[in-house]
Amino acid sequence: MKIDEQITSALFEKEHLSMGTEKEILNSYRVLDLTDDKGFLCGKILADLGADVIKIEKPGGDISRGRGPFYHEIKDPEKNLYWFAYNLNKRGITLNIEKEKGRQIFIKLVQTADFVIESFKPGYLDKLDLSYLKLNQINPRIVMTSITPYGQTGPYKQYEASDIDVMAMGGLMYITGNPEQPPLRISLPQSFLLASAHGAAASMVAHFYRETSGEGQHVDVSAQECVLWEIANAIPLWTLNQNILRRVGSYMSGRWADTKQRLLWRCKNGYVLFYILGGAFGVKTNRAIVKWMEEENIAPEYLKDFNWDAFDMATQTQEMQDQIEIPINKLFTMFTKEELYDQALKRGIMLCPVNTSKDILENTQLKDREFWLDVEHPELGTKIRYPGAFARLSETPLSIKRRAPMIGEHNSEIYHDELGFSGSELKDLQSIGVI
Amino acid sequence: MSKRVFEGIKVVDFGWAIAGPLTLKYLADYGAKVICIESLQRPDLLRTATPYKNETPGVDRAGYFAYFAANKLSISINLNKHEGLEIARKLISWADIIADSHRPGVMERWHLGYDDLKKIKPDIIMIRNSNQGLTGPAATHPGLGNHINGLSGIVNYVGWPEQEPISLMVAYSDYLVPHFAAAALIGALDFRRKTGKGQLLDISQFEVGLQLLSPALVNYASNKTEEKAKGNSCEFAAPHGVYRCKGDDRWCTISIFDDAKWQVFCRTIGKTEWLIKPEFANLDSRKVNEVLLNNLIEQWTVQHEAEEVVKLLQQAGISSGVVQNAKDLYNDIQLKERECFWVSDHKELGRFSYLGQPSNLSTTKAELYRDAPCLGEHTEYICRELLGITQEEYDKYLVEGVFE
Repeated sequence: MKIDEQITSALFEKEHLSMGTEKEILNSYRVLDLTDDKGFLCGKILADLGADVIKIEKPGGDISRGRGPFYHEIKDPEKNLYWFAYNLNKRGITLNIEKEKGRQIFIKLVQTADFVIESFKPGYLDKLDLSYLKLNQINPRIVMTSITPYGQTGPYKQYEASDIDVMAMGGLMYITGNPEQPPLRISLPQSFLLASAHGAAASMVAHFYRETSGEGQHVDVSAQECVLWEIANAIPLWTLNQNILRRVGSYMSGRWADTKQRLLWRCKNGYVLFYILGGAFGVKTNRAIVKWMEEENIAPEYLKDFNWDAFDMATQTQEMQDQIEIPINKLFTMFTKEELYDQALKRGIMLCPVNTSKDILENTQLKDREFWLDVEHPELGTKIRYPGAFARLSETPLSIKRRAPMIGEHNSEIYHDELGFSGSELKDLQSIGVI
Repeated sequence: MSKRVFEGIKVVDFGWAIAGPLTLKYLADYGAKVICIESLQRPDLLRTATPYKNETPGVDRAGYFAYFAANKLSISINLNKHEGLEIARKLISWADIIADSHRPGVMERWHLGYDDLKKIKPDIIMIRNSNQGLTGPAATHPGLGNHINGLSGIVNYVGWPEQEPISLMVAYSDYLVPHFAAAALIGALDFRRKTGKGQLLDISQFEVGLQLLSPALVNYASNKTEEKAKGNSCEFAAPHGVYRCKGDDRWCTISIFDDAKWQVFCRTIGKTEWLIKPEFANLDSRKVNEVLLNNLIEQWTVQHEAEEVVKLLQQAGISSGVVQNAKDLYNDIQLKERECFWVSDHKELGRFSYLGQPSNLSTTKAELYRDAPCLGEHTEYICRELLGITQEEYDKYLVEGVFE
């Protein structure tokens, strides 16, 4: 059997994103999701693992619904694509927990739940007498996950922070950008997505403990610390060598001696990602690149018989590095990114194109893996295409059951069908601004 | 010592580099026994990268490797030798979870694919982390996390308007994948505990990388709009950016999303004259005059230290931060208070700071209970104590170079 077949035969049928199944990791577990956009992704991950996630919004809807992008660029809280993307697979209710009646309803829901996720400022829930300790009294099995910029403890716990501030405080900005320009953030907010993804994993740690011990606990996530995970070896570079990793534009530095290696390269119609690596890991790519240069008649003499087996990044000088990079640059500018990637796949060269969203939607690898997910939006009379599963599990495939909820969409299901409020009681709750 | 969530869980890692091992950090930090299969013949990429203790290269002196490897054990075996593979098979029988982060096909070469593993241990969980997943035409294309920065397109969102994109220096998805992968893996472990069933997890770094760009992808799918890099600006806030402060390469961030905070900001820094400027009257006008606005703010920040600016603004409830470098982070009082780094005396590295977990669990706090392993440090312990290999056999293997 060929290696490809061996791998494939070990894989499951294409049911990794079936529309609901019994075999779900968090099937029969409930999540109450009180977060704003700092925490949406956390609940979405738990929902993809099979949990019944109930998104709780303020009456009138979450503030993030007012910020784009919007479906067909129509500014409408029910057409918000950010909301769609990260609240996919959840149910939704409205509830004002600042009102006593709303608070009581929330406590009732906590009795039915396994997880509570929140992203309020530290202390906010304490004031409403809904702290972890309180929830623990109501339901000792509850896992409560709090996602905030700096965590629930420490001198900065009350600091105000949006994405850019956390990216700065977490250290990623300092090492991103051109040296002669200011530090740079990623234009699409990332820090609270990192915190949410970590929050989901940490919630699963607490979940496992709850399942084996019967005890819930409080998971206190710091977005700053999640950004800190992203800064590679910057901390050991400082603690061991007192070397501060600095931004160097589209290069990598701080890996081998004092050299930097180009990462981003211009080609005929865009950019590609490529860098020179030494040691056994780099040999095949380096040889293949030179062979390709030879075929194109642009290989310089000094590279034709280069001993890549003896090539050691640790003793590499910047001059040598630059000498190698000049003809590579020449090769890449002769081709489009599609041509370069096609050759990279054939020749086993470690190179990838810089894809646009259009490229990604058309990518053959993702198509072959049936990655995309077309979810019905009956109100819009269309299906919307979403990124699919973050993991393929052979026994417990992730599942997508529904599009993101509309404002108060499941109020009746939860308040009437489940908690038993009558129609007139619901009207009263609505008129006093509780739901 | 806190209670350990994964006490008794046994994990064997055939993988290397960052994303795979960092996924298992979740298990190791909460008490699982995680064994890294290494080899002197082919050390982990991170063991051959800077920084080294005293800048002298050496596989046990590599800080990048150690930073992530706290609480793990290391065995050195040569899998290209028959006896080496025999030991690996014994470890598979012993384990609950097998991890791999090589290019698809590498494990198959050793006959250690999922089908092979199931024959050795029917309820095994196998997690395989690769750049593009186990199937599809690009599955076996070699690459590292940095290449995913191109494939996922995240590089398009790093840069200044009308300028060429700037690559991230870091392999962004390498540090992102572990969160998603660990959530799924812990779920699979719980499913096995309840049902007795193992399974295969196929994690594609490309596919995980796209999860953090979902809104932009859905925007393109729905509207054919390609989102672009916007420098440090944000359409919903002004001021919103990075401002030079006093000192060499010192900067702060400020982000103000509404007019009320803008007014507080002006009063706090003593610029009440800005309150009556029509150019700055509301968010829309501040966005139109953003260049002027940012210049004026920087004329003020550059006279102050970044820490002073942030302290002053935070007292007034204005969102801001210091653009911290590694030294700042290491001395950050918030990170210290939360025990973000785990400090210990490592036998080769000396006083060393490990990366901890980015959250605190109230009952089962993660902690350092074992230094990062030297290459093969636990070979004898694992063979003799865990696998029951006799002293005679062990000595024979040693002579035959099985542990090299």
